[in-house]
Amino acid sequence: MAEATAGKIVLTTADGVPLKRKLRQTQQLMKRRAFTLVLPLLAFIGITFVWPIALMVYRGIDNPVLSEFMPNAAEAVLDWDSSQSELPPEEVFAIVARDLVQARKDKTVGKVATRLNYELPGSRSLITSSARKLSRVEDGPWMEAMLKADSDWGKRETWAALQRIAPRYTGSFYLAALDMTYDENGAIVSQPENRQIYVTLFVRTLWVSLFITLACALLAYPISYLMATQPLRISNLLMILVLLPFWTSLLVRTTSWIVLLQTEGVLNDIMVALGLIGDENRIQMIYNMTGTIVAMVHILLPFMVLPLFSVMKTISPSYVRAAQSLGATPARAFWKVYFPQTVPGIGAGSILVFILAIGYYITPALVGGRTGQLISNFIAFHMQKSLNWGLAAALGGILLFGVLALYWLYNRLVGIDNMKLG
Amino acid sequence: MRVILKSALLAAAGSLAVSVAAQAQDLTVVSWGGAYTKSQIEAYHKPYAKKAGVTINSEDYNGGLAEIKAQVESGNVVWDLVDLELSDVVLGCDEGLLEPIDASVLPPAPDGTPAAKDFLPGTIHECGIATIIWSTVYAYDKTKFPGGGPKTMADFFDTKQFPGKRAMRKGPKPNLEFALVADGVPADQVYDVLSTPEGVDRAFAMLDRIKDDVLWWEAGAQPPQMLADGEVVMATAYNGRIFNAVATEGKPFEIVWDGQVWDLDLWGIPKGAKNKKAALEFIKFSTDTQRLADQAAWISYGPARASSIPLIGKHAEAGIPMGPHMPTAPANFKNAIQNDFAWWADHQDELNERFAAWLAQ
Repeated sequence: MAEATAGKIVLTTADGVPLKRKLRQTQQLMKRRAFTLVLPLLAFIGITFVWPIALMVYRGIDNPVLSEFMPNAAEAVLDWDSSQSELPPEEVFAIVARDLVQARKDKTVGKVATRLNYELPGSRSLITSSARKLSRVEDGPWMEAMLKADSDWGKRETWAALQRIAPRYTGSFYLAALDMTYDENGAIVSQPENRQIYVTLFVRTLWVSLFITLACALLAYPISYLMATQPLRISNLLMILVLLPFWTSLLVRTTSWIVLLQTEGVLNDIMVALGLIGDENRIQMIYNMTGTIVAMVHILLPFMVLPLFSVMKTISPSYVRAAQSLGATPARAFWKVYFPQTVPGIGAGSILVFILAIGYYITPALVGGRTGQLISNFIAFHMQKSLNWGLAAALGGILLFGVLALYWLYNRLVGIDNMKLG
Repeated sequence: MRVILKSALLAAAGSLAVSVAAQAQDLTVVSWGGAYTKSQIEAYHKPYAKKAGVTINSEDYNGGLAEIKAQVESGNVVWDLVDLELSDVVLGCDEGLLEPIDASVLPPAPDGTPAAKDFLPGTIHECGIATIIWSTVYAYDKTKFPGGGPKTMADFFDTKQFPGKRAMRKGPKPNLEFALVADGVPADQVYDVLSTPEGVDRAFAMLDRIKDDVLWWEAGAQPPQMLADGEVVMATAYNGRIFNAVATEGKPFEIVWDGQVWDLDLWGIPKGAKNKKAALEFIKFSTDTQRLADQAAWISYGPARASSIPLIGKHAEAGIPMGPHMPTAPANFKNAIQNDFAWWADHQDELNERFAAWLAQ
C-alpha cells in the first residue's frame, strides 16, 4: 500500500474498508434519513410557495397569445423588417388576414384583441371588427381588404404593436409596471405623463411602509418596556390589551377606525361638542393617507410589540443597575447599556412590520380613499378587474425583487443574524 | 302482514324519492348580493326550485370576469350561472370564457310575440340573456337642501350652488359620461366626444372642479350608506340601491335621473359549467314575461322584455307602485345614455390608468 509505505497507517474496519470511508457512508445514510423526514415540508413549501412565485414571475414575461392563436401571423410580422418599409408587404397582410379569420372561427380572436389593446389602447375593436369583416372576404388583395375593413391597418403603429406582441416572451409588462413602453420604432420611452402611476405608487408604498415601521417601533418600545419590567399582574393585563385587538378580525378593526375617524364620526363629534372645531370644519381623517397610516399602524403594532417584549424579557435589570452604580446617568445607562441589547428585537419587529406593510391590501382599500392607495391595491385591480394578469405579475415581481433587495441591504447594514424573534 | 306491506311500500316510496332527488341537479347561481340577489331569489329561485325540484345555491360575487377566468383556465368550473354586466358578457364571449346561448329556445310573450322581438333591442347577446335594465344615477339627501335640491347633472358638479361632499364610483366609468353631460354635451353625443383626446381632457377638467369634494366608493352598498351617515350630501349610485333605502328604510333620498347611464345585467354560463343543461332551463324559466315582472316587485330595475312592463305591480313589501321608479319610465328616460360597452372595451385599459394617475395626483 502506497500510504503504508509512506509511513501512514490506514485504519480499517473488520471487512477491510477504510474507517474514514465507512464513517462517511454512515453519516450520509443518516443525512439521507434526516432529509426524508423534512421532505414533506420541503414539498409543501415548493408546491405552495416557491412554485406559485416562480409562476408569477414567469407570467410577467410570458406572451403566448399571438404565437399560440395566430402562429403564422406571429412569424410573418416578426420576419418583416420594420426599418426597411413603412408598412409590411402584401404577403404579410394576407397571412395576418387569414389568421384573423381562423382565430375568429376558433373563438380566440378576443384574446388577441385584449392583448393588443394593452399595447395599443383602442385597438381592441380593430381586431374584432376586422376579423368579422374579413371573414366575409373571399380572396385578396388582402392589403386592400384590410384597409377597407379598418383604415388603422394603414398605420405604422398598428403593425409595430402587432410586432411587439408576436415574440413568445415580452418585456412590455415589466416596462409597463415601470411606467414605460415601446414606441413605434421599438425604442423604450416613458408613458405619457397622464398615465404614469406605478413608479409613484412603488415609491409611496416604500415610504409609507418605512413610516409605519418607524411609528410602530416608537409606539411599541415603551409598552414593551413596561410589559417586560412591571410585575406579572400588570404586565399580563398589558399583554391582554396588546393581544385582544390582535385576535379581533382585521375587518372589524379597520371598520371601527372608520366609525371613529369619519367626518360624522366619534372623534369629530367630540371635538365639535367641545368647541375645538366648528361644525362646518370637521377634519377629514379617513379615506386618505392619514386613515391608511393610522389603521395600519394599529393593526401591525402587535408584530412589533411581541418580538420586542420577548427580547426585553431576557435582559437582566442588573446591567442597567450596574451601569448606574458605576456613575452613568439613567439616560446614559439606558442608551449605552439597555438599548443596544434590544436592537435584535427592533430588527425582528421592523422586518416583520415592514414586509407585512409593503404588501398590505385590504386596509388601504377600505380606508385609503383617493390618496391612501398602495401598490397592492393596483395588483389586485389588475388581477380582479382588468384581468391583465401579465401586468399584475410584473408589478408583483418588481415588489418581490424590491423586498429582496431591501432584505439584502438590511443584511449588509445590520446583519440578519442579529435578529431575534424571541 | 299489513305492517310488512306498509313498510315495503314506504321503502319503495323512499327509494323513489331518493332517485328523483338524485336526478334533479343542484344549480349554483352567482349574483351581486344584497337587495339585488334577494329580488332574484324571490322572483326566480324559489318558484323554480319548487317547479323543477332543483336545489339552488346562491353565491355572491363582486362582478368582473376574474373568478370565471380562473375557474375556466383551471378546468374546475363550479359556477353554473352568473349574473354579468354587458361589458363582461362581451369580453367573456370574445375570450371564450362563456358558453354560447341559443336564444331561440326562450319562451315567447303571453300574446305569442317571439322572444327575439319581445326582448328590448340589444338585450339578447350571443353568450348572455338580459334580465334587467339598471342605471347609474345620482341621489341626494333632501334634508340637506331645504331650499330645493339639485335637478340636473350639471348641479352635481356645481359645488357653489349645492355645497357639500359628493360620493362617486372609483373608476372612470361612468364618471366621464357624467362629466360631459354636466358640461353640456347632449346624451347621444357623449361617446363621440369621448372618442377624441380633447373630449377626454374635457371630462377630466370637469372632474377636476369637484375633485376635492369627492369621496370614492367601490361597492354598490356604499353610496346609500354614505348618504345615510351624512358623510356626503349627494352620491352617484345604482338606482335600485337608492330605491331600496327609500322604500324599505324610509331614507330621505331623492334620485336625479338627468344624465343617467343605463346598462344591462345578463345571465351567462361559464364555459364548461357542470350543469349547463339545468342552467339553460333556469334561464328559460327566469326570463319569461311573468318572472321578469315579478322581480320588479322587489327592486327598481326595469325588465328586459317589453311584455313584462305592463305587468309591473307594487313593491312586495312597501306597497309602492314600481312603474315610476324604473330607469325606463318615460319621465326618467329623457336624457339617458346607454353604457357603450364596445367603446369601454377599447379604452378602459388606458382610461383606468389615467384615472388612477389623476386620482393619485
